[in-house]
Amino acid sequence: MNKLLGIVLCGLLLSGCFMKQEDNNTITLWHWMTDRQKAFEELARRYEEQTGVKVKVDLYAPPDAYTQRIVASAQSHVLPDIYGILDKKKIYASFIESGLVADLTNEFQKDNAEWEKSLFSKALDVNRFEEGNVYGVKPGIYGVPLDVTNIQMLYNKKLLQKAGIMHPPKSFDEFLEDIKALKRVGISGVVSGWGELWMADCFASNYAFNIMGEEKIMATYRGEVPYTDPDWIKVFGVFKLLKEGGALIEGIVTKPNKEAEQDFALERAAFAFNGSWCVNVYHDMNPDLEYGAMLPPSINADLPMKIWGGAGSSFVANNNSPRKDMAVAFLKWLSAKEQQAYLAMETRNLPANREALSSIPEILSDFAKVMENTTHPTIWERNEEPLVVEAFDKGIQSIIIGEKTPEQVAQDVQEVKEREMKKLLK
Amino acid sequence: MSNVNTKSLSVSRIKDSLTNFSFVLPAVLIFSIFYIYPFFDIFNLSLKEWNGISSHKIFIGLANFKELMQDKIWWTSMKNACFITLIALTFQNALALALALACDRKMRLEKFYRVVFFIPPVLSEIVVGFIWRWILNSGVQDGQHIGLLNFWLDKIGLHHMVHNWLSDPKTALACIAVVHSWKGFGWGFIMLLAGLQTIDKQLYEAAKVDGAGGWKTFTNVTVPMMIPVILVVVILTILGSMQVFVLVLSMVGQGLVYHTEVPVTRILSAMTGTNRFGYACAMGVNFGLILICVSFAFKVISDKMKQA
Repeated sequence: MNKLLGIVLCGLLLSGCFMKQEDNNTITLWHWMTDRQKAFEELARRYEEQTGVKVKVDLYAPPDAYTQRIVASAQSHVLPDIYGILDKKKIYASFIESGLVADLTNEFQKDNAEWEKSLFSKALDVNRFEEGNVYGVKPGIYGVPLDVTNIQMLYNKKLLQKAGIMHPPKSFDEFLEDIKALKRVGISGVVSGWGELWMADCFASNYAFNIMGEEKIMATYRGEVPYTDPDWIKVFGVFKLLKEGGALIEGIVTKPNKEAEQDFALERAAFAFNGSWCVNVYHDMNPDLEYGAMLPPSINADLPMKIWGGAGSSFVANNNSPRKDMAVAFLKWLSAKEQQAYLAMETRNLPANREALSSIPEILSDFAKVMENTTHPTIWERNEEPLVVEAFDKGIQSIIIGEKTPEQVAQDVQEVKEREMKKLLK
Repeated sequence: MSNVNTKSLSVSRIKDSLTNFSFVLPAVLIFSIFYIYPFFDIFNLSLKEWNGISSHKIFIGLANFKELMQDKIWWTSMKNACFITLIALTFQNALALALALACDRKMRLEKFYRVVFFIPPVLSEIVVGFIWRWILNSGVQDGQHIGLLNFWLDKIGLHHMVHNWLSDPKTALACIAVVHSWKGFGWGFIMLLAGLQTIDKQLYEAAKVDGAGGWKTFTNVTVPMMIPVILVVVILTILGSMQVFVLVLSMVGQGLVYHTEVPVTRILSAMTGTNRFGYACAMGVNFGLILICVSFAFKVISDKMKQA
């Protein structure tokens, strides 16, 4: 009897393993945004109420773990109906080329491109592949932006006043003077999560745009201008100036951004370099924090200070999903004015839908004002080779810890660049 | 008659072999599916250039291995892992042995100590990393040090020792090594204690009768009897320390230049940072082979010592 029961139970277990659960009225969405889980669940509830379609929202955090999960799922063809690609444009392109992302161009252009026009073009650009793009992807729009973001500097109003500083600095020299004033009253200068290398890279990129402009940067990426060019040495020199001026908080090179956010929220530093998502984070950590947003202080008055920005987070629809149309319909609904206004209010992020801007908090408006100054590697004509980027970012760390000079770092980066160029020519 | 007997003997032998084989078959299957197949698959991928997503995998032969041999950062990461291993082999195992010797004697609260010493290995590595990151924090607020270590160094008048522990190349890797040893000594402690308890107490009594002092008893009785256990602890320490990476990630994020780079963080960086899956697999194969060689060398040493 026991044997029979055992066999039946094993049979049931095995059948459970091999039975594919296909619920054609449920779409699955995988995301990485811990702060938005509740809002997504509420929106999923509303969507089911309105359309009868159930949306299963699964959270996988942190972003690194999410990225690994997405890559592993792509390799084993078990991607959900809706997901996000948190990676370089080259990898986004690989997903498209492998047939894992639905082309949404026709949907966006339906009804006189109503959907496309409702969203910030900067946000859509991240998901757009232009004619003749270097990745060889069929031109079109492949993703739906959920919010827009940009990365700026923030200043603590109370701490600046304590040091006798009445307005945030506009130029780099003025900024270094302010740092001196802050040091006199024992306040640390800048905090940022440069333990996450991309943030230091982003800061350097802002100054590269300000010092030499986009064309020269792209020429460097193409291998036409060396990193030993005086302008690049000047970019590396920014970090030397910051270090020598005592502008950077202790331990910045190994600081994760979460800890940096905590430092700024708890008023341990007067300035921060962070993205617009920080509004929500700071609100949770210290609701009384008084701060404002500003562009990084400019070094070269002749060229604009360009900051990274565009789509904060985007979703794509799985091209192989039998529920592809339902997934696209949900994404369209999610990016509509009402849902975007709800998300902006609940999560304090800048909405991707222009019409939802009226309902955002004041500090977010400061971020929104400079959207036209934004740029992002995903919309550049080409990106630097990853190994060169690694050498560049590690070089910045070397300068900050006083191990190398800007000239030495420039030389090191150029060596890696030449090696990579040789590989490409092969 | 004898023909029939031989035939029935060989049938019974085959039957026996089949029975024996059926017992080991599940283990062989599991080992093949989860260890041998992935190893060969990884080796296969290491011969290709692949970004991890694309369906195009370009066969490049041994080019990844050739590049790896000249990759200074990879060998730096190996050197760093060896440093962590060296600290673990000395500091961690000396501590584990000292505590095991102390707990092997009759003493008050003996069981309590055993539990306390085994707490660090039970804790999640990422939690340990974050706790130590806070202890070693070099930040200051309103003139007060935020990190526990700097706070107390300052309080007891050792201002000159207040330091930027995790952002200075001179101290960052050493801090990671010490924390790794602190987290890992409990395993060694348990194994060494178990080994000590298997030593026949009569041997100690005989040594005492012969007039041997504490140190002589330790070197002539305890150490020789403990050699098999010590070798196991050493092998496990080497394998565990060479593969450390969660502590590195939680204590110094993406690293302090290349001063805190270890082989696993390099592999991760090649996979997710530069999207070179083939190269990452070559690193994995190279690293795996090195660890197998080290384990094999210790096995040979262990066998020789047992024979001696």
